[in-house]
Amino acid sequence: MLSTSDLRKGTKLMIDGEPHVIAQFDFSKPGKGQALYKCKLRNMITGALFDRTYRSGESFEPAALHESDMQYLYQDESGYVFMDQKTYEQTTLPEEALGDQKYFLVDNMEVKILMFGERGIGITLPNFVNLRVTQSEPWVKGDTAAGNNKPATVESGYTLQVPSFVEEGTLIQIDTRTGEYVTRVKE
Amino acid sequence: MDGNWALTRKRPRLEQRARIVQMIRAFFNAREYLEVETPQRLPGNAPEAHIDAMTSADWFLHTSPELCMKRLLAAGYEKLFQICHCWRDGERGKRHLPEFTMLEWYAIDCDYRRLMDECEILLRALAPQDNIVYQGETIDLSGPFERLTVAEAFDRYASLGLATALETNRFDELLTLEVEPLLGRDRPTFLIEYPSELAALARCHPERPQVAERFELYVAGIELANAFSELTDPTEQRRRFDADEAERRAAGKPPYPVPDKFLTELAAMPEAAGIALGLDRLVMLLTDATTIDEVVTFTPELL
Repeated sequence: MLSTSDLRKGTKLMIDGEPHVIAQFDFSKPGKGQALYKCKLRNMITGALFDRTYRSGESFEPAALHESDMQYLYQDESGYVFMDQKTYEQTTLPEEALGDQKYFLVDNMEVKILMFGERGIGITLPNFVNLRVTQSEPWVKGDTAAGNNKPATVESGYTLQVPSFVEEGTLIQIDTRTGEYVTRVKE
Repeated sequence: MDGNWALTRKRPRLEQRARIVQMIRAFFNAREYLEVETPQRLPGNAPEAHIDAMTSADWFLHTSPELCMKRLLAAGYEKLFQICHCWRDGERGKRHLPEFTMLEWYAIDCDYRRLMDECEILLRALAPQDNIVYQGETIDLSGPFERLTVAEAFDRYASLGLATALETNRFDELLTLEVEPLLGRDRPTFLIEYPSELAALARCHPERPQVAERFELYVAGIELANAFSELTDPTEQRRRFDADEAERRAAGKPPYPVPDKFLTELAAMPEAAGIALGLDRLVMLLTDATTIDEVVTFTPELL
């Protein structure tokens, strides 16, 4: 069991039989009074967000989740399909479970899928992914200042800020945790 | 180098903090308070139901210098102040650190009303103008601060009245979630006359024993200080400590030794008033910082 002192942003707990993650957390306490733990909770299955305040002394069941190594196969109308690399069983994650992470999926990419029982509810991507720039304004002559940025769109449809010297057709590395440009990739 | 950069960025606030601490010292020196340092490692703290001490070997780190400072008053010292670190286990949030800095001051022949006046003078002395701008809101320091009883505050701001809040054990929750955020918004607020169940180490009002001569100071919704006309009756104080200790045990918390020396000497303590003010929070207000992390050098997470 977890106690209120285990609560923090990212703690996963069971509420009414479903896994929830603490999306926002704030501790408050009147000087001589009882501590309050204000949480914004996200239902990890439905994505629904709600507020709940706990008081010291309450206890919680940790969310029963595990991670499986999987490979990304393809996208179809039901969502994004992954295959367990040990059992070859397939799991489909709906688009809303992925959010912006969908832009960083590459065919056959190895990922970790967060499982609630038999059900995939989340994904951990490799920290870096290489994607090709498909659209970006050309470099403006005379723009030599270091650190100048411009928007670029990559093959998955994702748009990010890149240095002005990055051209269409360039393969770039993106940090999947922040969604930010890291470097050009030599081919 | 990211960690170093974060520390470097704090420098303007740390410089302001140093100036504020110097001004506080000058303020109390000019008013003939004696600065003292009392031990921070004690055999036991004042038993309080909701304040948890950290252990240090077989002793405890103090949660406040209160007991030692009152023992000095009992020994004949008249006006004392101290700026020291205090430790409270499990307290970490935007306005809480498990190790934080407290400013406490005590004066004999004083009561909570005169302490309120002194608080007003102190805040005016520390603010560069006659107002504080905190997170875009202007808090006027020029006039008398608001004095609001706990009962009035619940009537005005809470979804339940004070009596019902106490009966249903929802006082702390309603105070924190509904009342506190609205206090001290245009001018600082003294929340006064706590119900006697929540007197802690305060004396009860001589004519209205159902309320205690205790106040808390709020500025911009932030709890800044807690003060009492001090209880000087050792029998009553022992009864309250026992009740708090029983509540601690019922909640499964580690017991504190009864502070017998303090209780014995309390009989010799003259009428006095005392106040504990969170120095880090004061610096937050005076430097427009959103979190306590911004006004201290290191947070526990950085160690």
